[in-house]
Amino acid sequence: MSSLDAATDAELVRRCREGDAEAWNALVERFSRYVYAICVKGFRLRAEDAEDVFQDVFTRVYTHLDKLRDDAAVRPWIAQLTRRLCLDSIARGSREQPAPEQDFEETGDDFAEIEEAFAVREAVTTLGEACQEILDRFFAQDQSYRTISAELDLPAGTIASRIARCLRKLREELEGRSEPPGESRE
Amino acid sequence: MSRIYDEEWLGQRLRVLRPAPQGWVRAAQELPAARRSLDEIVARAEADLEFRAALIADLENALTQAGFEPGPRALDELRKRLELRGGQA
Repeated sequence: MSSLDAATDAELVRRCREGDAEAWNALVERFSRYVYAICVKGFRLRAEDAEDVFQDVFTRVYTHLDKLRDDAAVRPWIAQLTRRLCLDSIARGSREQPAPEQDFEETGDDFAEIEEAFAVREAVTTLGEACQEILDRFFAQDQSYRTISAELDLPAGTIASRIARCLRKLREELEGRSEPPGESRE
Repeated sequence: MSRIYDEEWLGQRLRVLRPAPQGWVRAAQELPAARRSLDEIVARAEADLEFRAALIADLENALTQAGFEPGPRALDELRKRLELRGGQA
């Protein structure tokens, strides 16, 4: 676990601007899943287009970080940038290969879910490393009880109960917060 | 407004943010170093006409000879930057 995992977004941005390589790595790590989810879940881009957008987003973040007026607002800025580049990618694709019908429809539900997921993930970071690890492996990485048991060297029979215990702690953490996940906390 | 955070709802949200492919993340993390290399190449191309001519003639080979190994994205950007500054390449 990096010492920067607990840093605020504003702190990370400030350190990136000062040329701190470790902070840049942490910033990419913090937002990589978010950008990826917007590309593939929000806009359903193909892998090669998603990769182009993903790299383009972080290139622009890196080169325009000094133009960000509010360091704490880096997440909405990244979200807006990603959405714009996804739309550009879709527009480029339909110019190059016009489809008889547009198969993408921006409903907003997927985006709301991504925002909620980000807030839930932030809450997970308060639970301690053991819970973070097991919840991430089971839910985000689709690992089986057997794989988790082998990789974390835990008895297979305890995985389900550990997951249930971590979910309870997560629920308590979220219920203790003043705003529901997905709503702005800036 | 309060929300019921049941296991199903939590599980669905935890599944949304899947890891991006490691290679993509690594490439994004290496951006600062890659940009420093690009800046160095462009500065050298501006100062050294022979190097610039070699880049224009065969970009990838000239870079390899000079000890740089940029990936395809960096090559594209380098082409653009050399074009912007020199009108060819």
